[in-house]
Amino acid sequence: MSVLLTVSLLCLLAVAGFVLCRRRVLIMAQGDTRRLHSLPAYYGWHGALMAFVPALALMTLWQIAQPLVIESRLAGMFPEAMVEDTSVRTLLFADVRRIAAGLDAAVAKGTMTPDAAEELNTTDGNVREQLEASGVALGAEVLPETLAAAQQYRAAASMAGTVRSVLVLTVAVLCVFLAYRWTNPDFRARNRVERVMLSLLMLASLIAILTTVGIVLSMLSESFRFFSMFPIGDFFLGLTWSPAFQGSSELGFLPLLWGTLYISAISMLVAVPVGLFAAIYLAEFADRRVRSVVKPLIEVIAGIPTVVFGLFALVTVGPALRDWFAMPFGLGNSGSSVMTAGIVIGILNIPFISSLADDIISAVPQSLRDGSAGLGATKAETISQVVLPAALPGVVGAVLMAASRAIGETMIVTMGAGAAAKLDLNPFEAMTTITVKIVSQLTGDTEFNSPETLVAFALGISLFVITLSLNVLAVWIVRKYREQYE
Amino acid sequence: MTQDTATTPTGPRADQHPLLSGSTSLRRRKAREWRLKVYGVAAIGLSLATLFVMIFTILRDGSQAFYQARLTFPLVVDAAIVDKEGARDPAAMAKVTTVGYQRLLAQAFLAHIETSGVPLGDVTEKEAGEMISRDAAGRLRKQVLSDPAIVGQTITVNAYATGRIDGYLKGRVTRASAERDSLVTPAQLDLADRLLQAGILSLGFNSGFLTDPDASDLRPESAGLGVAIIGSVYMMVLVAIFTVPVGVAASIYLEEFAPKNWLTDLIEVNISNLAAVPSIVFGILGLSIFINFMGLPQSSSLVGALVISLMTLPTIIIATRAAIRAVPPSIRDAALGIGASKMQIVFHHVLPLAMPGIMTGTILGLASALGETAPLLLIGMVAFVTTYPSGPLDGGIMDPATALPVQVYSWASRSDPAFIERSSGAIIVLLAFLLVMNVAAILLRRRFERRW
Amino acid sequence: MNVMTVVERDVSETRSKMDARGVQVWYGDKHALKDVDVAILDRTVTAFIGPSGCGKSTFLRCLNRMNDTVASARVMGKMTMDGQDIYDPRVDPVQLRAKVGMVFQKPNPFPKSIYDNVAYGPKIHGLARTKAELDEIVETALKKAALWNEVKDRLAAPGTGLSGGQQQRLCIARAIATSPEVLLMDEPCSALDPIATAQVEELIDELRAHFTVVIVTHSMQQAARVSQRTAFFHLGNLVEYGETGQIFTNPRDPRTEAYITGRIG
Repeated sequence: MSVLLTVSLLCLLAVAGFVLCRRRVLIMAQGDTRRLHSLPAYYGWHGALMAFVPALALMTLWQIAQPLVIESRLAGMFPEAMVEDTSVRTLLFADVRRIAAGLDAAVAKGTMTPDAAEELNTTDGNVREQLEASGVALGAEVLPETLAAAQQYRAAASMAGTVRSVLVLTVAVLCVFLAYRWTNPDFRARNRVERVMLSLLMLASLIAILTTVGIVLSMLSESFRFFSMFPIGDFFLGLTWSPAFQGSSELGFLPLLWGTLYISAISMLVAVPVGLFAAIYLAEFADRRVRSVVKPLIEVIAGIPTVVFGLFALVTVGPALRDWFAMPFGLGNSGSSVMTAGIVIGILNIPFISSLADDIISAVPQSLRDGSAGLGATKAETISQVVLPAALPGVVGAVLMAASRAIGETMIVTMGAGAAAKLDLNPFEAMTTITVKIVSQLTGDTEFNSPETLVAFALGISLFVITLSLNVLAVWIVRKYREQYE
Repeated sequence: MTQDTATTPTGPRADQHPLLSGSTSLRRRKAREWRLKVYGVAAIGLSLATLFVMIFTILRDGSQAFYQARLTFPLVVDAAIVDKEGARDPAAMAKVTTVGYQRLLAQAFLAHIETSGVPLGDVTEKEAGEMISRDAAGRLRKQVLSDPAIVGQTITVNAYATGRIDGYLKGRVTRASAERDSLVTPAQLDLADRLLQAGILSLGFNSGFLTDPDASDLRPESAGLGVAIIGSVYMMVLVAIFTVPVGVAASIYLEEFAPKNWLTDLIEVNISNLAAVPSIVFGILGLSIFINFMGLPQSSSLVGALVISLMTLPTIIIATRAAIRAVPPSIRDAALGIGASKMQIVFHHVLPLAMPGIMTGTILGLASALGETAPLLLIGMVAFVTTYPSGPLDGGIMDPATALPVQVYSWASRSDPAFIERSSGAIIVLLAFLLVMNVAAILLRRRFERRW
Repeated sequence: MNVMTVVERDVSETRSKMDARGVQVWYGDKHALKDVDVAILDRTVTAFIGPSGCGKSTFLRCLNRMNDTVASARVMGKMTMDGQDIYDPRVDPVQLRAKVGMVFQKPNPFPKSIYDNVAYGPKIHGLARTKAELDEIVETALKKAALWNEVKDRLAAPGTGLSGGQQQRLCIARAIATSPEVLLMDEPCSALDPIATAQVEELIDELRAHFTVVIVTHSMQQAARVSQRTAFFHLGNLVEYGETGQIFTNPRDPRTEAYITGRIG
């Protein structure tokens, strides 16, 4: 029985639970709702939840456990050597599952009879072609063991599916029965329903933690696999980045880090002065009418997708820099360069810095400005000697956050910085960044299990750690600053 | 004032009008203030100028994508070519490949040139035939197969011209560039001029740009946004379905129920940090969890939506919490005072009052999610997809699709400059979507703005 | 009302430092001050009293054009300092404020060291050519503000770390370090405890030797203790202005009497 059907039946049972429990309590109260502890609908909801929640929890657990149990039983079908290494084993079972799914699809499409799917074996013709005909693409040729395992897998899965559905529905029926028995006018249905709702709300908020755990775990496990194939010292201290398809790649992190930091530094050189001066003007000099027009316009920049900036770098900024600066001064002839990407990321970050700085400058108490003006200071003196020093920690925090965004920016560097990993000082040279290499290593055609692909996860976790530390530092500084005035 | 008199504590008394004696030092201080203002104006001017240059370039390049050069000529659907057996049997007719149709098109085109009295000049017949897009043959074949009755009749063909001829009419291709180009000769451009005068070649609005699927490198003229728009719409709807309930539930919990303990602190820290994690990291997460671990199909809008949802959730939670916090405590006290339970207060009073704010925040969150590109590259949405995904109820969310921003990227990375025009055109469509969403958010905010 | 006669009598003793004639102030549509005439005498403590919102702080802020920083404020009438119209377009408010210093309701030391707080004004106005001169100005100002003995060992400590009374005296020191001629004080003791208030009041009395002091206060007792002359404002009007003793013991206007005896406020 399919998952969808089981869930549909569960829904039906829930509706039944709602109706039954609500009717029972109304009959028991002889239609006088004032004698009930809770509103009648709460009794109904209680019945519905009782049908749904325990059964659904059981089903989820079962769905998680089922493939693991089946796999451990199928492991015996393969030679010891094939299932020893966990990474090989994972891939092997991914194949088994894919072939099993392919057989299912073939049966569903009618290109294969159920019997033919069970009896198929590698001796009668090419399994891969047969499956391809029904729209299932397989990477490599199918081994006899794998096919047999896949057939076993199908059989076990369909058996398990039946058992699961029966079990789940039985639990649901039992729980509805219990709920029905418990239902009486003194039963605190509302409190119980609200407790369930509260846990649902809490579960929703736990997704944030789950996401973080997912990010860290997925990147860590693949990074460990990478470091088991590639020495960790060569990665973090290597000065050359040259992935090769034949193996013996040099995957040094430092050229990528250099490119990333160089581009981010240039972007900060653009974004910080422009953003700060714009913020100072808007916060201290501009009258309200100018402010109400200019501020939203600057913020429009922040709403434009980064891929648009990428195209701008590729089509407009890159060629302009090349023709007007790089070529006349003999600094290179590449349209994509550190300068191109840096300037465009800088532009992208201007509204970020200016709006954060504007908030922070405006948060400096008016009494300090008055105090300075009362001493005969000009506005410029008040800003540079009183407002800015007071706002400095907040501004530093904003700048760190912008730096973190620049380091993690992907599209602009992918389209504007180039792909060559170099340790060079010339800003008109094409260089590359961590993010560019994550994209190129994971969208290339290399085999997933090779160090050339897995290195992307090591790069990912490095990027994650760098940006996260910058942000934590920034948040800490900004919070310190806020405390100062609260 | 001068420094000498100023150092005496009681100040100058002898000066007749001390307030008027503007000194050099004051002038210098004023100049500094003026400079600071100039820097500010310059910074704002620079930002806005860049913004306008960017928008201008995109509109200039992208608007061209909505126009297309077309060749119009009559064509006899010759049964000898499209249906050799003459039985009008679709199965038999399907055996004729596009090569046959291409020949048919070329012949009809040449015949029409001749009857119109346009001289071919230095263009060979083969070269003239190559001015018709390769795409036209496939379209004609589809048209014939879907309606075999037109075999033998004369129809008017309105075929795309190739990307180079299209580019010539739009000024992208010149005779000088044609000299160096293997795909077009200057003679063909001369012919194009003559065809334009004869009314055979024309530049018109191109609705196909919005509806056609992507096309290969050799046929930029027929590349469209159809699949990308469907993919983006699927993804946005799914993202809304995933994030709104979860985001609202999480916000309600954190604002109204969460006790002050380590778990709540952990959640708070996680939400604020996730909002700052680079988007590409979410792509890695999607690749290893949803595709490798859970086995969901690559390039599908479902996986795209899941990744974008996880990314957008923190933004939506932050906006929703602000909206809930803006509901004054007096409302809660009032409801509590008449014996409502906490849950009832939240769902009957706080949530409805916070709804406009939540909607506004959600729409803005979705707008920024719509433009996300990097994570989608990693889950394979950059693939070359020419078939439309099925309908949403037929499992279309599991079918391979692309998204608008990804299409911008993949066209921009192709070598033919004709694709840059398409890329800018795709940005116009993307920005139009964003504009609509932002205007909706602003209107919603105006309409429901509440003063407590 | 015969305010003018009172002023005439005093001018024979000390000359007038600042004069206001027919001053009107609007905040947007609100008419905050109506036709105020006041002559502030040199080296005298003048107190402005009146209920909240009566316009006394508004008037104070006109004296050094702090109202210029409020976009909606409009000031009409004539105000002079030593005979020069301070709203003359040729007068720079920055220069005016260097001569008419101001101390605010809430102590507002800059988040800098004690030394830098006091040295700020002299630095921006270029009053000292050498570090030694600056040191001397800071020391003199702190001594005049009766704070020197408490902070002389920790001049590098942040000004925000001082107690409330010390902070307010630091702000006074900061104001007098630029050697102003007039010192405006906007309820300088309202945020202080009684002991700190007493210290500041004592200081104000000493400052009279060097400066013209104008103080806005909520407390009638304070006005009586520190000032020689008192002006009573009510609903934007200057009701009565004269010697402090006369105002408190023998008010001429019934509204003044009502306020002093606590019937309006």
